[in-house]
Amino acid sequence: MMATHAELEARISDWRGYVLRRQAISAGDVDELEDHLRDQVADLQATGLDDEEAFLIGIKRLGNLDAVSREFAREHSERLWKQLVLVPEASQGASPWPWRELSVVLALAVGAGVAVKAGLTWFDADTFARNLALLVVPFVGAYFVWKRRLTVRQTAALLGPLVVLAVVANVYPFDQGGSTDVLVALHAPVVMWLLAGLAYVGLRWRSDGRRMDFVRFTGELVIYVALLALGGGVLVGLTVAVMQLVGTDAEPLVARWVLPFAVPGAVVVAAWLVEAKKDVVENIAPVLTRIFTPLTIVMLLAVLGALAAAGGLVEVDRDLLILMDAILVLVVGLLLYSISARDPLAPPGLFDALQLALVAAALAVDVVMLAAMVTRIAELGSSPNKVAALGLNLLLLVHLGRAAWLTGGFVRRRRAFGTLERWQTRYLPVYALWAAVVVLAFPPLFRFV
Amino acid sequence: MRIDKDLVAASATPLVLGILADGELYGYAILKRVSELSGGRMEWTDGMLYPLLHRLERLGYLSASWGTSEIGRRRKHYAISPAGRDALMQRQEQWTVVADALRQVWQSTQQPPAAVEGWA
Repeated sequence: MMATHAELEARISDWRGYVLRRQAISAGDVDELEDHLRDQVADLQATGLDDEEAFLIGIKRLGNLDAVSREFAREHSERLWKQLVLVPEASQGASPWPWRELSVVLALAVGAGVAVKAGLTWFDADTFARNLALLVVPFVGAYFVWKRRLTVRQTAALLGPLVVLAVVANVYPFDQGGSTDVLVALHAPVVMWLLAGLAYVGLRWRSDGRRMDFVRFTGELVIYVALLALGGGVLVGLTVAVMQLVGTDAEPLVARWVLPFAVPGAVVVAAWLVEAKKDVVENIAPVLTRIFTPLTIVMLLAVLGALAAAGGLVEVDRDLLILMDAILVLVVGLLLYSISARDPLAPPGLFDALQLALVAAALAVDVVMLAAMVTRIAELGSSPNKVAALGLNLLLLVHLGRAAWLTGGFVRRRRAFGTLERWQTRYLPVYALWAAVVVLAFPPLFRFV
Repeated sequence: MRIDKDLVAASATPLVLGILADGELYGYAILKRVSELSGGRMEWTDGMLYPLLHRLERLGYLSASWGTSEIGRRRKHYAISPAGRDALMQRQEQWTVVADALRQVWQSTQQPPAAVEGWA
């Protein structure tokens, strides 16, 4: 009797190891399934079955492991993140063209480089700034169009807005050095990034989970681009230094030929790296958010203090307001990234309280900014810059306000983390829509000044 | 009798919420209760229950806590939350409408000839 039970234990332990290899099923889930299996086996034994039979029937009742694992993956897409790409690669094994994806990526990277170089050669500085996103992002988008196997019709749906954007950026008669010119240059990338996101999610834009994946993708992309830039910078710097010692000035060459190709190329390659090698950076994401959340709180408090010390907010100059908007956008980015990296089932902890503090500090900064802006507009009248900044600050106010409310509810265990997550993913398109309004409507509204 | 997969999927959430409304339970006990309630005629793929429980937990309908079983094994218990009770109430109303409509359809299909002749 003892011996047969030992055999049952061995089989359960084998099964456990086998299930644990599924990335979508965590160790806690396996504990839960094992508890279930053991109950089932005990009940079956009570009806007179032996260990072997009871085990086999118990396993069968649990269901096809592939299907169950897929169901777990659907529910826990943050675990699926690891698995998404690695599974097809492993199952394809000997792909007939192992270099195919790499060659597509390299071709697109070179394409982006050529586009940027052409833009630099033919456009003046302002036109180039308006077109920069149009020259780079379509190549990232094209990679996902290829990767997600979008149909011709779906691709055309993405190309439509792209063409509209290109026409607006180049046909509107902007005043030389006017503010609408700068506004378009700042907002066009946001609209472009939304289009890239649509390609990334394979046009399944209604899905909150896919939207969260895109947020994750964007965060990892920034990290990869930073890593590539760091490595590339060191390499180029050393090369230029050596050239200088032997009497050749390589700097003009680097500025005119290396950077225009290297920078857009790095963005495309980084997009591919994030897609293919997710799990390399994956473990860094939660660590990074934990480091930068407290640091950002300190920064926001310092900024608030400085604003208070400066006294009269009307004198706060325009550049400062723009800079503060950049800081707030950064905070929202950090917030999104932390939420995307968090395990949605973990109970609220210290870090969530910190996140609440971050959102509260950002809200305070936003309210101060809004007050300053409304005063400026009341005293000096409106301008495209002020209206664009006011609009962005109002959007941020709504986003942060609701996020603070939901985070507060989650920390006090009144709400599930899912509602907080959904609020972020549902609200994101609003930013892109606002950016589209700024790009399309602001120049004619303000007569292209 | 084998119950259609889609019907099982549609009824799973209200069933689980309804069962947990009577008190906290763990996965295996929930399944036993389902089998009891349906006289053994509703068979779920056991493994599929857990992703469903996790989804309901994420939506805030359930709260989960790890405990230990009688013999000291780690065991995850699920309890319904106030939001879960609200959801259950909504589902109940929806199912009542559906069941009511179905009952009327069944009744009318049992004696259709008379009704048709009446109209002719």
